[in-house]
Amino acid sequence: MPATTGLRIVLAEDSVLLREGLIGLMARFGHRVVAAVSEADSLRDAVQTHDPDVVVTDVRMPPGFRDEGLRVAVELRRIRPGLPILVLSQYVETVYATELLNVGDGTSLGYLLKDRIGQVEEFLDALNRVVRGDTIVDPEVVRQMLRRRRNPLGPLTAREREVLALVAEGRSNAAIAAGLVVTEAAIAKHIRSIFHKLDLPQAEENHRRVLAVLTFLRA
Amino acid sequence: MWQALGRPGFLCSGWLLRSVGYLTVSGLTGLLTLVVALLLLSVGGLLAVVVVGIPLLGAIALLGLPVAGIERWSLRMIDARPVPDAHRTPPRPGPASWLRTRFTEPVTWRELGYAALLMLVLWPIDLLAVILGLTVPLALLATPLLLATVGEGQQVNVLKAYPVTSWPAAFATCAAGLVALVACAYGLGLLAGSRGALARFLIVSPVSPLGDRITELTRSRLRLVDAFEAERGRIERDLHDGAQQRLVALTMMLGMARLDAPAGPLAEQLTRAHDEAERALVELRELIRGIHPPVLTDYGLDAALVDLAARSAIPVDVHLALPQRFSRPIESTVYFVVSEVLSNMAKHSGADHGEIFGGYSHGRLVVTICDNGRGGADVGAGTGLLGLGDRVSVVDGRLSLSSPLGGPTQIVVEISCQPLPGSE
Repeated sequence: MPATTGLRIVLAEDSVLLREGLIGLMARFGHRVVAAVSEADSLRDAVQTHDPDVVVTDVRMPPGFRDEGLRVAVELRRIRPGLPILVLSQYVETVYATELLNVGDGTSLGYLLKDRIGQVEEFLDALNRVVRGDTIVDPEVVRQMLRRRRNPLGPLTAREREVLALVAEGRSNAAIAAGLVVTEAAIAKHIRSIFHKLDLPQAEENHRRVLAVLTFLRA
Repeated sequence: MWQALGRPGFLCSGWLLRSVGYLTVSGLTGLLTLVVALLLLSVGGLLAVVVVGIPLLGAIALLGLPVAGIERWSLRMIDARPVPDAHRTPPRPGPASWLRTRFTEPVTWRELGYAALLMLVLWPIDLLAVILGLTVPLALLATPLLLATVGEGQQVNVLKAYPVTSWPAAFATCAAGLVALVACAYGLGLLAGSRGALARFLIVSPVSPLGDRITELTRSRLRLVDAFEAERGRIERDLHDGAQQRLVALTMMLGMARLDAPAGPLAEQLTRAHDEAERALVELRELIRGIHPPVLTDYGLDAALVDLAARSAIPVDVHLALPQRFSRPIESTVYFVVSEVLSNMAKHSGADHGEIFGGYSHGRLVVTICDNGRGGADVGAGTGLLGLGDRVSVVDGRLSLSSPLGGPTQIVVEISCQPLPGSE
């Protein structure tokens, strides 16, 4: 897919070093950070003022240095359903990602560990996909989710769980097939089976993928 | 009070006024108590036939509470030592719990005893002492003044009893008044002091010095653990906001540099540096989580324990019903005990499956961790179980272990506590 350029971005990150770095990184790929704030409250105002294409925010920020960034992200999605938001976090704990993706229909949302910023091109790709409506969860967080044993994803086979985890990471069928060394057709078959077993309503393929990811997250 | 009586400046210090104030308040309280008690007794007695009077009679038993309340306040006038309220805090809100607590604690009955003594015996003494102690010396002192107003030769009746007609007699009376004033001042001070001691004896519950010391030690131990927790939280914050952010920025810069580097040895070195930085980031994240998991602060025990179990080397099923939040020492105690038990399980038990159960009911937080291993865990065998038990006991909890040879092992943590308000 062609890379989107010229995105208007509102960035919230309290570390100056990281904030400036991210602004430079976005600019290099032809995007524009229209507002860079260092506080959760200012994030709310900046989104109101600039109406950006996508919001990129840190989780832990002033004033309380707890999860203010995430809370404002959730709140923004309530006020503006569909606003693409990419949350950058230091926390692998699944509850943070679940908190974000549970609001609304779960599309156009991403939860990535800050480690991923270093893989510059993949990071920018994730940003583009969030803007296009995908749901993306950090592979490390997905791994942590797979190991949870509170309510196992009952009827899915081990292979289907594996495929679903990769879907949750935001990978395309082709990428999943390459990763598991099988044909794309085989992956498509697994995914149809997952949709069926999770009893997802008939809908457009992309939306069903999001629903499957949400089921996975809420398990 | 006693020291003040012994000092030469007693008369000019504020202590005389304080004594008078204290005795007046006590006297008036006693009088008022008597009136209220008689009222309750008569109205309650009359209405007892139609049942509504019985609570009124019951209320007499609680008369000691307001009396002691006033006493605690007024005692501060003459006694610099603290007058602690010996009543317990009712375990639950609501009048039923309050009444049950008050009727079952000894200090309520001691206070009732003090109230009875005050309204039947003490108040007339207090008021009489104040009235006589002030009026007699003043009347004597005022004799020359009175004589001056009526003129020499006329008769002035001192204290309505002794006729005085001449100046020398008047000044002699005045001098006697001065002596009487000093005597009365000391008398009032003595009386207030003894009355205060009596009141303190009755309404302040006697605690043995050893008991005091144990309470203080228990509290300081809890404070120590709390401070320790706060310190861990601070270190976690410093690492998160400092080193971790810098490392993220570093990996980002290395990532950018790799984009620009021409293929060759430089690009390879950059890739290696980038990989190292990423590994350092992962290790630092693990380290931070070990110091103080942010998820515990942000979301509480339920989410934190689910995550802990998901990281365990052995598959662990989690069954929790803990939406409540608890105080920081309690949450972190439970978290670290479970964390320690899970890592023990992975190291020593030989189990291939574990389970965590947790819930809160009837004022008790109970978390159970079991495995299907070979058992034989011993508190004394250096497994750290003793230390875990100590840790739990700091927050008034108990850790019990059942681990017969051949298994299974079950560890139960029980803590009596209240959830934080608004978290249920």
